[in-house]
Amino acid sequence: MALVIRAVRARSEPRPARGRVVLAVGVAALLAATVAGCGNGSSPGGGSSSGSTKDGFTQAPQSSGPLTVWVDSTRVPAVRAYEKANPDIKINMVLYDGDANGSNTLQTKVELYDRTGTGWPDVVFSAENNEISWTVGAGFTAPLNQGLMPSSFLGNFAAGALDPCTVNGKVYCLRNDMAMDVLWYNATLMKQWGYQVPTTWPQYEQLGEKVATQHPGYLVGNVGDTFTPEIYMWASQCPANQITGLRAVTVNVTTANCTRMASLLDTLVKAGSMSKLGVFSTAFDKKEKGKVLMLPGPAWFGGAVFDSPSGLNTPKGQIAVAPMPQWPGTGTPSTGDVGGGLWLLSAHSRHLNEAVNFLTWVTGNNAYQDNLAPGYPAYTPAATVWLANQAKSGYYASDISTPLQQAAGQVWSGWGYGQFSQEAIWASTIVPGITTGKTITSMLPAWQSSISEHAQADGYTVSSS
Amino acid sequence: MRPGHAFVAGYLVLLVAFGIVPTGYGIYFAFTNSANYFSGLSNFTAVARDFRYLPAVGHVALYLLIWLVTLAVFVTGLALVLHQLPARRTSRLVRFLYYIPGALAGAASVMVWLFMLDPTVSPAAPLLRLLGYGTFGQVVQEGHLAILFAMIAFWTGAGGWIVVMYGALNNIPQEVIEAARIDGAGGVQIARRIQIPMLRKWIVYMVILAFAVGTQLFVEPQLISEASVGVAGRDYSLNQLSYDFAFQNNNVNYAAAISVELLVVSLVVAAVFVTRSRFFDAD
Repeated sequence: MALVIRAVRARSEPRPARGRVVLAVGVAALLAATVAGCGNGSSPGGGSSSGSTKDGFTQAPQSSGPLTVWVDSTRVPAVRAYEKANPDIKINMVLYDGDANGSNTLQTKVELYDRTGTGWPDVVFSAENNEISWTVGAGFTAPLNQGLMPSSFLGNFAAGALDPCTVNGKVYCLRNDMAMDVLWYNATLMKQWGYQVPTTWPQYEQLGEKVATQHPGYLVGNVGDTFTPEIYMWASQCPANQITGLRAVTVNVTTANCTRMASLLDTLVKAGSMSKLGVFSTAFDKKEKGKVLMLPGPAWFGGAVFDSPSGLNTPKGQIAVAPMPQWPGTGTPSTGDVGGGLWLLSAHSRHLNEAVNFLTWVTGNNAYQDNLAPGYPAYTPAATVWLANQAKSGYYASDISTPLQQAAGQVWSGWGYGQFSQEAIWASTIVPGITTGKTITSMLPAWQSSISEHAQADGYTVSSS
Repeated sequence: MRPGHAFVAGYLVLLVAFGIVPTGYGIYFAFTNSANYFSGLSNFTAVARDFRYLPAVGHVALYLLIWLVTLAVFVTGLALVLHQLPARRTSRLVRFLYYIPGALAGAASVMVWLFMLDPTVSPAAPLLRLLGYGTFGQVVQEGHLAILFAMIAFWTGAGGWIVVMYGALNNIPQEVIEAARIDGAGGVQIARRIQIPMLRKWIVYMVILAFAVGTQLFVEPQLISEASVGVAGRDYSLNQLSYDFAFQNNNVNYAAAISVELLVVSLVVAAVFVTRSRFFDAD
């Protein structure tokens, strides 16, 4: 704005004419030169066009140097463990938000790098499992099953684990962990109060109402998270996110599959046994510590919410896992999925060998995935060791491997991975309403139009049937 | 070449590199499409049809209204009160206190507010509870945002202006005040008939700058959005929408169209204020 003031002032104060002309010409020339210079060469993914085509994509000239790896804070131990296991490989670790909650940090940065033609990281971890929806079009990710990685390795990932990574048969990323939803519950309290673990949603609802009257203050779930729809709506097979083509989505959230779950949640919120808070809010940790009887949620809730000093910090021997409740009449059991991070390999990388080695190590079975990983590894051999280690730790009240392994194969495939973030949409459309006391049922039409609008803004064709 | 030229040369280089050239580049983007062909006003009409555009315009307008009015009223009022303070030391101390929040960089001062607004960690928690807000989500409800952002902006920006206004008040010749007093004017009348009219240009200057900064609202809603994991403040302001167009929808041209709109609005408003207040008239 200072600019405007100065410009106006300059106009009103007479100045030697010659100087003004010279200045104006100079500025104009500079402007023209810059605009002309910047106008070209800004095609997406440009910059490394001089390389050779190999392994199914155009590779940049290879060179030696440190490997640049972007991770979120949770994945720092993975990089540290790799550095320990491979002391002669130099890693340049960059910490970022992991793109969590649809923050789009990665996309923002990659688009800037595309413009400048330099700066891309070699390997990236992302907590959002819809990255492929834009990375493939932007030419940012390299296909992994076209020669870079053997099918013997890729075949070891759990069934469906690489779905969010696959476009037209090409695998563009590796899944870090599986995040299928299960029913977490406090076995000690359930036993003490003589409750049965519910196997159907109506049973779950009844128990929730019973808890509200018999043990007010205790919870059977929560609806305040951005990923709430990926727990309840996904498990209920609500067609909110059916990706039917590269740029096509079907959204119909006023059908019975959605309304039945919305009304269940409304009933329990009203009764008081369903919290309006998010599990990672400071208020939740403070208010609900020791008050969680049941909590439907992803496989990583165990390490990230219950057995976490910064979370609920529930003592050893209380928490157990059951399969997600089902609606009566559902043929094959279904559940949802909350994230489960991805590892991406940059197609612009100049250190492909090192990058592939890193990816193979970090997702495969090793000191990290077997012991340190907070979530259920997507790489099956690692998952087996991980589960055994979880059992050995003695934290859980009963065996968690059976329900987790089962749930891993029950994620409903009708919920896809579009470019628009379902979490961000739920957060801005539904969560404020829940906070102010509106029912989810009353907000379903708003949810429908918000999903449609965001999808269309990203270039999707939206249909409702 | 006069020495003056040497002094402004450094500034001129920066002005061209980081002010004029990016502006020109932005204007170029606003009138071209992704294939770099001239596209007339199509970027502007497409942006105006986006579902997030009108709400964002409404948000920014409401925020500006609240902020500019409070800024003009409170800054002038506080500066006048400060000027009346008889004790020199108190005056100096109060001026310093006013100025402190402004010394924090933009994002840092918003971070302070993130804590202030969360009842679980806020030192003002009893007050928030008294108002009926027990969680961060309740505090940052949609309807509260314009007021909250105006509060944050006032807290971070007003102190500096109070100090400026205080300086301007000191510039009013003592004889004029003295004459008014002999004519029987009290403190309020002096303020209303002498001081405020003579401060007019400073107030206009402040409003023009504050308007331009205000239309570019970005840091406050963006940080609130991050802190509330997207519950409040996403696509709240025009600048955020521009940012989303550029980096989420991969459309720099739409983003530039919004930026150009903001530039034009700021220029027009500045021009209106400048001509109406006879800003550049010699006294």
